[in-house]
Amino acid sequence: MSTLRLFALTFGLAAQLGSALAADDGTKAPRLGTPMSASDVVKWDKTVFPDGRGLPSGHGTAKEGRLLYVQKCASCHGQHGEGATAEDLVGGPKPPSSDNPSKAIGPYWPFATTIFDFVSRSMPPAAPGSLSADETYAITAYLLAANRIIGESDEIDAKTLPKVNMPNRDGFIWIDVK
Amino acid sequence: MAAKLSNDDLTPVAGNGILHRRLFLKGGLVLATAQAASSLSAKEAADTQPQDLSDPPWLHETGGPFTGYGVPSKYEKFVFRNIGGNRVPAGDGVSWTPLEDLEGIITPSGLHFERHHDGVPDIDPALHRLVIHGLVRQPLEFTVESLLRYPMRSRFLFIECGGNSNAGWHEEPIQRPVGAFHGLVSCSEWTGVPLSILLDEAGVDPKASWVIAEGADAGLMNVSLPLAKLADDAMIGVYQNGERVRPENGYPIRLIVPGWEGITNVKWLRRLHITDQPAMTRNETAKYTELLPSGKARMFTFAMDAKSVITSPSPGQKLHGPNVYEIRGLAWSGRGRIAKVDVSADGGKTWAEAHLQDPVMPQCFTRFRCPWTWHGEPALIKSRATDETGYVQPERDVLVRERGREGYFHYNAIVCWAIDEDGEITHVYA
Repeated sequence: MSTLRLFALTFGLAAQLGSALAADDGTKAPRLGTPMSASDVVKWDKTVFPDGRGLPSGHGTAKEGRLLYVQKCASCHGQHGEGATAEDLVGGPKPPSSDNPSKAIGPYWPFATTIFDFVSRSMPPAAPGSLSADETYAITAYLLAANRIIGESDEIDAKTLPKVNMPNRDGFIWIDVK
Repeated sequence: MAAKLSNDDLTPVAGNGILHRRLFLKGGLVLATAQAASSLSAKEAADTQPQDLSDPPWLHETGGPFTGYGVPSKYEKFVFRNIGGNRVPAGDGVSWTPLEDLEGIITPSGLHFERHHDGVPDIDPALHRLVIHGLVRQPLEFTVESLLRYPMRSRFLFIECGGNSNAGWHEEPIQRPVGAFHGLVSCSEWTGVPLSILLDEAGVDPKASWVIAEGADAGLMNVSLPLAKLADDAMIGVYQNGERVRPENGYPIRLIVPGWEGITNVKWLRRLHITDQPAMTRNETAKYTELLPSGKARMFTFAMDAKSVITSPSPGQKLHGPNVYEIRGLAWSGRGRIAKVDVSADGGKTWAEAHLQDPVMPQCFTRFRCPWTWHGEPALIKSRATDETGYVQPERDVLVRERGREGYFHYNAIVCWAIDEDGEITHVYA
């Protein structure tokens, strides 16, 4: 059986299952969603995954990121990421413990891609979405270097970022998902 | 104090004056209530009465005008959300539901707790879309107007912030009204479109197992959720307590994920990315995870475990002399219905079952009540919830032994209020 046919068959099954559920509820759903093209979806899709899917083209280094950090981030996170009105971002690669409960990037964050995803969508709070891809890569590189996870001159881009080895990568236990 | 009741009725069923819950089924039980510590004594109130109360002035003049949208009485101005935890910038913070001022199980929409990461967006519903894409047969875009035409369901559900009650982890017991300690939880009737209908329309690929939900607030707050739960009982919430969802609660549409921590109920929902792995967003890794003494951290702790708290008597209120009081409180569980609530007045040495007020619904506030004779002596009052899975709300020392004190989120231990000889109420660890 071709992959395409298998695909269609499974989808058919899923659709039947869905209709059966809807029928059990005594409801008949209208189908009012407007189909989207692949190019429509691209405009909406801003998710960055740990394997690097969703990362845009562009690049940056810690050296470039340092200046941007001071301009855009330091007023809330401190001159060197030590935290101020907002949380600390720099704690070095020391593992978390009851004596070191810091949730800074170095000790705690399991994936480097998360920095890009969050800075890109949410930072700075007064103008989220205002940073270019290059600027976001540079700030991400600065934060990784300040935590002594990469070097000052290491180039961070869509290929290198997912490969950054975070010290606390295996520090989490999934509770409600097995 | 308790006409038509026999002496047997007033025989305690647990230490320090806890009475049987059946008293609620009998007539004639007159209960005293704890009052705000600042409220006037009966004598002071009498002194300020201007005239014969049988003939107040409002009997003799036309009342106020009709109003397009009513608001609470001006005499209830003291009931408001306490805004706290605000940092720079101002959009990041919380406001607490004043649990001590409310009764029953429904939280008025204007008093529903708030947690925003970058403020409340001002969304024009005509310009808002919900997009479903990823591992689907056909990516779809929905207008808000079109969602209103789908079949809807209503459910009474609590929503609780994962960080609710986090002061419980502090070394010293925090002294605040119960709402400013445990009030990042609220309960509403939510009405909306079962998400399974929209997923069916898009045609979900069997390889899919996760959904990344994204809000339309500044910062595009995003979280990853297991597809199985969303397909099971999640809905696109459109109405809250009969009216359209309030802006601070996600207008025009929000995700409703019954029993799961607040952040998963994504407000201002604009996108559902159907996929095969979590995105490991900042909030589900760096924030809403709980560091254990082992150095490992709990992650994807979605369900809110069973919890209860006594709302009256509670800190900031006062007992005015020995009497029969009604202990009142709320219990809830993200894993189903509340099966029972036990109440103690001797710090947990002895317990008696409280009366659970109908209706008792899954993933919903349950109001409990228990009559109690306070003899004017020191008392330690506690409540302990058990849900239908058999899970029992833990004592604080048990929870802290298991989790340490650095977890911050998912604090659900038994809460103890101490009452002294003067009827003053404080929060204690006991």
